[in-house]
Amino acid sequence: MSAPQAPKVLNRAPGERHGQRVQLGADEPLRLDCGMELGPFTMAYQTYGTLNADKSNAILVCHALSGDQYLTGTHPVTGKPGWWHLMVGPGLPLDTDRYFVIGANVLGGCMGTTGPKETNPATGKPYGMSFPVITIRDMVGAQKLLLDHLGIDQLFCVTGGSMGAMQALQWAASYPERVFAAAPIAGAARHTAQNIAFHEVGRQAIMADPDWCDGDYQSQGKHPRRGFAVARMAGHITYLSGPALHRKFGRTLQNRPGVTYGFDADFQVESYLRYQGSAFVERFDANSYLYITRAMDYFDLVEEYGGVLARAFEGTETRFCVISFTSDWLFPTSENRAIVHALNAVAANVSFVEIESDKGHDAFLLDEPEFRATLAGFLNGAAEHRGIKRP
Amino acid sequence: MNAGDAAARLRSIRIDLQVVADMVTPESRVLDVGCGDGALLDYLVHFKRVDGRGLEISQAGVNACVGQGLSVIQGDADADLKTYPSKSFDYIILSQTLPAIHDPKAVLLELARIGRRAIVSFPNFGHWKVRWHLLRHGRTPVVDSPTHEWFETPNIHPCTIKDFIRLCDKLDITIERAISLSHWGYPRPSRLPRTMANLLDRHGLFLLRKD
Repeated sequence: MSAPQAPKVLNRAPGERHGQRVQLGADEPLRLDCGMELGPFTMAYQTYGTLNADKSNAILVCHALSGDQYLTGTHPVTGKPGWWHLMVGPGLPLDTDRYFVIGANVLGGCMGTTGPKETNPATGKPYGMSFPVITIRDMVGAQKLLLDHLGIDQLFCVTGGSMGAMQALQWAASYPERVFAAAPIAGAARHTAQNIAFHEVGRQAIMADPDWCDGDYQSQGKHPRRGFAVARMAGHITYLSGPALHRKFGRTLQNRPGVTYGFDADFQVESYLRYQGSAFVERFDANSYLYITRAMDYFDLVEEYGGVLARAFEGTETRFCVISFTSDWLFPTSENRAIVHALNAVAANVSFVEIESDKGHDAFLLDEPEFRATLAGFLNGAAEHRGIKRP
Repeated sequence: MNAGDAAARLRSIRIDLQVVADMVTPESRVLDVGCGDGALLDYLVHFKRVDGRGLEISQAGVNACVGQGLSVIQGDADADLKTYPSKSFDYIILSQTLPAIHDPKAVLLELARIGRRAIVSFPNFGHWKVRWHLLRHGRTPVVDSPTHEWFETPNIHPCTIKDFIRLCDKLDITIERAISLSHWGYPRPSRLPRTMANLLDRHGLFLLRKD
C-alpha cells in the first residue's frame, strides 16, 4: 500500500539529530479524535535491519511516555544506549538479522515528530498549547501513514511496553488486517483512575512553575525546569517498586556520616530522584509531557468498543502475546489479564506470561532473562507461521 | 523441523499422552488445560497440525511453552475457563490435572461447555497398588510423586475411574470412549459402566461430550 503521492522526505540539516524524517498527511490531513485536522506533519523514525523482499518482516516498536525512536545504538541527545538496546539487535529477541525493526517518535513527541515544541507552519511560532490534544488512536493513525509511506501492508508484529502496549492494542483493534502479531507488554486496555491521578500531579507541577508561562516558555526563552523535574520524580517512583527502591537505596545516606537536620538530599534515594528529574528535563519537552500523559489518560479501549473489550478483537486473526510483571503496580497483572480474558472471549490466539520480577513497571526496559526468552520465543513461533526465514 | 527432531519428539511423548493425542482429529482446534511444559501440545501442533492453545498455572511451564512458540496462557483452570466462549474448541484436554483442581465438578462442566469434545485423563486412585498401600501401611497414598507427602501433594482431589464415571453420569456428560492403561502401560478399551479397570488399571482416559 503506498500513499497516492510520494511524501516528501525532508532534507536533514547539518548536525540534524533526529535520524530519518518524513512529511506525512500532505494529501489528506490526519483527522484527530478531538475533531481537528493535522497535516502535513513530520514523523521522525529510525529503522534497524533490512526489510525483506515481500515486506513481511517489519516489527513496529511503540515507545512509552519518555521513550523515542532510538531503540538501540547511541542516543544522539543523551549519549546513552537506546531504551531497548537489550532487546533490539543482531541475535537479540528482536533480531535485526531477521526482522526489520521500526521505531517512530509518537505524534506530540519532542524528538522530531510534530508536537507542541515544533513550529506551527500557520503561525511561524511553536505550537505550544495551541497543539491539538492527541490520543493513542491519533498516534497509531499517524504510524499507519508512516507504514503506507514505507510500503508495508502488514506488520509482522507491533509491540511496546506501557504506552507502547496501548498503541499495540489500538493497532490490533483498529487495523487488525495490518497486524500479524501483537505483543503488548506491561499495558492496559484503559488507563486507571490511579494512573490518571499520578499524571495529574505531574501536569500540575509543570503548570505551577512560573517558567511554564502558560505553555509559551519557548518564545520567552524559558523552560519550567523545576516543576517538570518534580513531575518526573513523581512519575519515576511509580515506575519502580518498594522492594526495588529498598534494595537499591535502603535508608543509605548520600556521602555524609549522619542526617544534617535540614532539607538537603540527605538520603541517596532523594539524590537519585533529583538527578532523574534534572536529567530528564534536559532531554524532554514539558508541553510534550502534558500532551502525551493526556493521551494515555484518554485511552479507553473498553469504552471505544461499547463497554465490552472483547468487541475490540472480534474475528481477529492476530497472534497475541501479553506480558506483565509481578511487581508492576502501575500496569498490574490484573489489567493485563483483563486483555487476555477479552481475547479468550473471542477465541483469539493468545499467549500470556506474568514474569516474576521485583523491578516494577520499568522491568520491561531492564535485563530480565525470562522476559527476553518469552518475547524471543513468541516472535520466533510467529515468524515460523509467517514464513520469515531464519538468518 | 528436521527428521531428528521429529524422532526425538516421537520418542519423548509419554504413553498416556500418546493415547490422548490419538483421540484428536488432525487440523482441529485444541485447548490443553494444564499443559505443563507443552509436551503434548507441541506434539499435537507438529504431528496433528492442530490449532493448539494451552492454559498452565506455573510460570516455568508457560515460559517454556511460549519460548518454543506455543500459544499458552498463564492461568488457573478453576478461575479462567469461564472466559472462553462455548464450543470454541473441537477438543479440550485435561491431562493429569484433574486431581489438582479445586472444584473438579465445575471444571468438568466448563470443559464440556467449551469443547465439542473433552478428553480427560487422570491417575486412577482405585488402582490395586493404591488400595494395597493404604491397607498395608495405613498411610494416605500419594499418586503424583513418591517424594510428596499427603500434606504437600498438589493432588487434592484424587479420584478413581468409578468416581469419575459416576460424576459424568450425574452431570449428564456422555462418555463416548473410555480407555484405561494397565499397570504396565498397555492401553485397552474399558467395558462400561462397571469394569475391573478400576482395580487393575493405572490410568483412566475418557472422551466426553455434552450436548
